[in-house]
Amino acid sequence: MKRYSAFAIAREAARYHSGWGRAWAAPQPKAKYDAIIVGAGGHGLATAYYLGKNFGITNVAVLEKGWLGGGNTGRNTTIIRSNYLQDASAAIYEKARSLYETMSQDLNYNVMFSPRGVIMLAQTHHEVRGYQRTAHANALQGVETQYIGPDKVKELVPIINIDGPRYPVLGGLWQPRGGTARHDAVAWGYARACSDMGMDIIQQCEVTGVRRDGDRVIGVDTTKGAIDCDKLGLVVAGHSGVLAEKAGFRLPIESLALQALVSEPIKPCMDVVVMANTVHGYMSQSDKGEMVIGGGTDGFNNYTQRGSFHHVEETVRALIETFPMISRLKMLRQWGGIVDMTGDRSPILSKTPVDGIFVNCGWGTGGFKAIPGSGWAMAELMAKGHSPLAAEFSLNRFAEGRFIDESVAAGVAH
Amino acid sequence: MLTLQCPYCGVQAEETELHAGGEAHLKRFGPGASDEDFEAYLFMRENPKGVHFERWRHVNGCGKWFHAARCTMTLEVFGTYSAQTSEPPQSIRAAISAKRPGWQWKDFA
Ligand SMILES: Cc1cc2nc3c(=O)[nH]c(=O)nc-3n(C[C@H](O)[C@H](O)[C@H](O)COP(=O)(O)OP(=O)(O)OC[C@H]3O[C@@H](n4cnc5c(N)ncnc54)[C@H](O)[C@@H]3O)c2cc1C
Ligand SMILES: [Zn+2]
Repeated sequence: MKRYSAFAIAREAARYHSGWGRAWAAPQPKAKYDAIIVGAGGHGLATAYYLGKNFGITNVAVLEKGWLGGGNTGRNTTIIRSNYLQDASAAIYEKARSLYETMSQDLNYNVMFSPRGVIMLAQTHHEVRGYQRTAHANALQGVETQYIGPDKVKELVPIINIDGPRYPVLGGLWQPRGGTARHDAVAWGYARACSDMGMDIIQQCEVTGVRRDGDRVIGVDTTKGAIDCDKLGLVVAGHSGVLAEKAGFRLPIESLALQALVSEPIKPCMDVVVMANTVHGYMSQSDKGEMVIGGGTDGFNNYTQRGSFHHVEETVRALIETFPMISRLKMLRQWGGIVDMTGDRSPILSKTPVDGIFVNCGWGTGGFKAIPGSGWAMAELMAKGHSPLAAEFSLNRFAEGRFIDESVAAGVAH
Repeated sequence: MLTLQCPYCGVQAEETELHAGGEAHLKRFGPGASDEDFEAYLFMRENPKGVHFERWRHVNGCGKWFHAARCTMTLEVFGTYSAQTSEPPQSIRAAISAKRPGWQWKDFA
């Protein structure tokens, strides 16, 4: 792999950019791999990367039915934060956030991590108490957050209307090192690094069946033929239920549509990320100047990557009260992704009833921020059979009543 | 936008009049049940890419709960029916079979 650097840009400029190689190879599948990862989203690619980097396992294929990063990884609104209430969540999300800090250097790929700060607005007394509690929990967990009053919110976000008629801003939970990153670049950076380690990233290769010998996995059937493997990681977000069914077990997951939209580009007006969980909306400004907006999920099971218009309307209506100046903005694009929701709104990183099959799913509306931490933990789980970061997120927590209940702490949108 | 006909009041209701209520025909387990059955009842969900049965409430209308059969891949609605039943009626099953021969959902086909 040719390293990207200022020197490389100068060198290529001098020869009409004729020397940039492919960022990753496009191989045909081999007959057998030590490990196969299904799904080349951020979580699947990060799992493969840390299998190689941390455990030296590089005879790995990542199989993707479409194109890499074309699932939720390329559809999300890129908010990164780790201000969760429960210890298990804070540990894995903070691990991820801290890995984002050095990801561009680590991957030699600019993922444009922008720790501009994230505010979660408190707009009811219940939320004030909730976020004060989270700030205390974060202090104990070693996650840097702070509960701030409305004046400080106004100072950080001059365009906000803090005394709206229905939901005035009473305060907020402020995480100064939260922020955003370029979603595609995260997938591309991991893909390039995996390919460089000799792993095969095989796009347009749908897994259509899982082959077992009794209780053990022995391989997969794909649209490019059968491929054998010793270990199989299912990392397919909204399609987790479909893949689990092929492997012969069930998951506590439902797949719903989540939408987002962006406005026409405007001059810089907001340099932090603002989330308003009571009214179900959040917003940040992209480097291009577009206001990036998201809200809650649609209500019913859906695999179409399309959502209903009235949800977009609800989100925008909510945000206009808080940000009156956006009322005249034209919206440019709107899209949807299929998110995998669990009963306690926390992810699943786990062994399964089938020997050799591991699942990483249930990230729902909030897994972009978790990509490096999730890949780190999943790789350890697949390599060693146990990972401290993943332990609490095992599948048997549902049978044991050991929930990691973030739905109350985090609001709907993570 | 999804429209479902409320089987009680006959209104063609669009989505904002309705509230989605999740998987239909759940078999309930309570005290004395095995841990597995109880877990499955509380958390495991059918999540098919295709034919799906679910509960809906005509919340901004007559207020009643009903059932719908729908395709989660195309959003096509096969029909709606009363909540006063533990399995989909024959007419709904036939309507699905006409469009998705060989379909199966839980124990129903
Ligand atoms: C609109 C929207 C906004 C969001 N906003 C945020 C946010 O601000 N912050 C945040 O942290 N998170 C956010 N999320 C959530 C985040 O996008 C996801 O949790 C995360 O990207 C999931 O990554 P993944 O790698 O698990 O899944 P994906 O990126 O969806 O990757 C799964 C891959 O598996 C492939 N696949 C599926 N079935 C098969 C098969 N049979 N064979 C081969 N391949 C298969 C798919 O094609 C896909 O590429 C948002 C999501 C959406 C939809
Ligand atoms: Zn009605």
